[in-house]
Amino acid sequence: MANDAKTGNDNPKIVAFCCNWCSYAGADAAGTARMQTKPHFRIIRTMCSSRVEPDLIMEAFHKGAWGVLILGCHPGDCHYKNGNYKTDRRIRLLKRTLEQFGIEPERLRLDWVSASEGAKFVRVIDETIDVIEKLGPLNLEIPEEVAHE
Amino acid sequence: MSKPEVSKPKVAFYWCASCGGCEEAVVDLAEDILTVADAVDIVFWPVALDFKKKDVEAMEDGSIAVSFINGAVRTSEQEEMVNLLRKKSGLVVAFGSCAHIGGIPGLANFNDRESIFKWVYEDAPTVTNPDKIHPQTETEVPDGTITLPKFYDTVKTLDQAIDVDYYLPGCAPPPDLILAAVMAILKGELPEKGAVLAPDKSLCDTCPLAEYKPEKIAMKDIKRPHEIIHDPKQCFLAEGIICLGPATRSGCGERCINAGMPCRGCFGPTKTVKDMGTKVLTSIASLIGIETEEEMSEEELQKALDKIVDPGGLFFMYSLPSSVLRRRRLS
Repeated sequence: MANDAKTGNDNPKIVAFCCNWCSYAGADAAGTARMQTKPHFRIIRTMCSSRVEPDLIMEAFHKGAWGVLILGCHPGDCHYKNGNYKTDRRIRLLKRTLEQFGIEPERLRLDWVSASEGAKFVRVIDETIDVIEKLGPLNLEIPEEVAHE
Repeated sequence: MSKPEVSKPKVAFYWCASCGGCEEAVVDLAEDILTVADAVDIVFWPVALDFKKKDVEAMEDGSIAVSFINGAVRTSEQEEMVNLLRKKSGLVVAFGSCAHIGGIPGLANFNDRESIFKWVYEDAPTVTNPDKIHPQTETEVPDGTITLPKFYDTVKTLDQAIDVDYYLPGCAPPPDLILAAVMAILKGELPEKGAVLAPDKSLCDTCPLAEYKPEKIAMKDIKRPHEIIHDPKQCFLAEGIICLGPATRSGCGERCINAGMPCRGCFGPTKTVKDMGTKVLTSIASLIGIETEEEMSEEELQKALDKIVDPGGLFFMYSLPSSVLRRRRLS
């Protein structure tokens, strides 16, 4: 993805982490029903939304993602009972931290999509892509500073 | 009179963006410094001995056995000096938090040169500078051009500027680790290149308060250290005080804990951790309100989390330049 950013490919790049039990199945449901979405996202399946540690999100931004989407089971429905509550707290705290890094918190979105919510999956993806398209690419490059130029 | 020894290994100490505490740590070796001084020949140590840059330049490449460099790299002068020492040294040890992971000076990576200069030379309440004069790298004067080092936008860790062989962590590194490192180097008993010369355990593993730690830690309410009187027989996290112990490497001698203060992460992370700040964030966020997570309303949750006033500064207190993103986005 980092290469895409350098070659000037100006389509948004969004990483969508989907939990195995609800949201990935929800994405599958959307696919089976042949619902249409914008294509600018890549899904990574994780066992639980709480498996998506914030350092993975930092890594995604660092490697050229314009936005990151985390999708998990609705509160109370977590396959592991309460993983999604922890995700919720981490993402809220991480959004404030991202602001200090100069990254708009809107580039990170957490939402809940159940296995039967294909339509909601499509809506969340489309909304996120709209927001991220307006924000544009995240240029995190650090110019090299050296003693002798 | 004893014969002058010519074969002692040569050692250099240098400081970059640091507070001087690491130099103090060398002196804190107390009597052990005599053991060190007996075994080595100190050829460069600007804080204590009068050698100049030209003396180092005159040395043969690789002739210094080991250079201990503390401080982060923040100016072009520091970068030039560490490159010179790298060329002249067999081994380079990043000495202390700032050289290792960026340290407190690294927090400046939440700003840039422009905003730092504006504050320091214009806006700070104690400054009078009606002409808004900022330092320049070159200034013309009647006698010619005078120069100043370039102040970088981004603070670098030592290994972002030069190749580093070993890391001695800590703010400042404790005397026992310094001595052990010096002795290991002298005896040639070194671990693989790139190793951090401290145990690879988390601080919680060796914490003296571990015996008081409840089986399940729950942070009901976040407190800042000045808001409560710490019970010396209680885990900081259980008291609601954020402690970076879970994600910080051990080996410091638990100096802060024993003095009644929570860990702030100066030893950096353990080996497998890539981004220390977000690791701490992950662990703390999991503990906040864990007992009532299912009943908490959104507002209550947000309110509890908002009690952490500066998450970036707290979680990345020592490690910002070594984090995945390294700095605030430059506009």
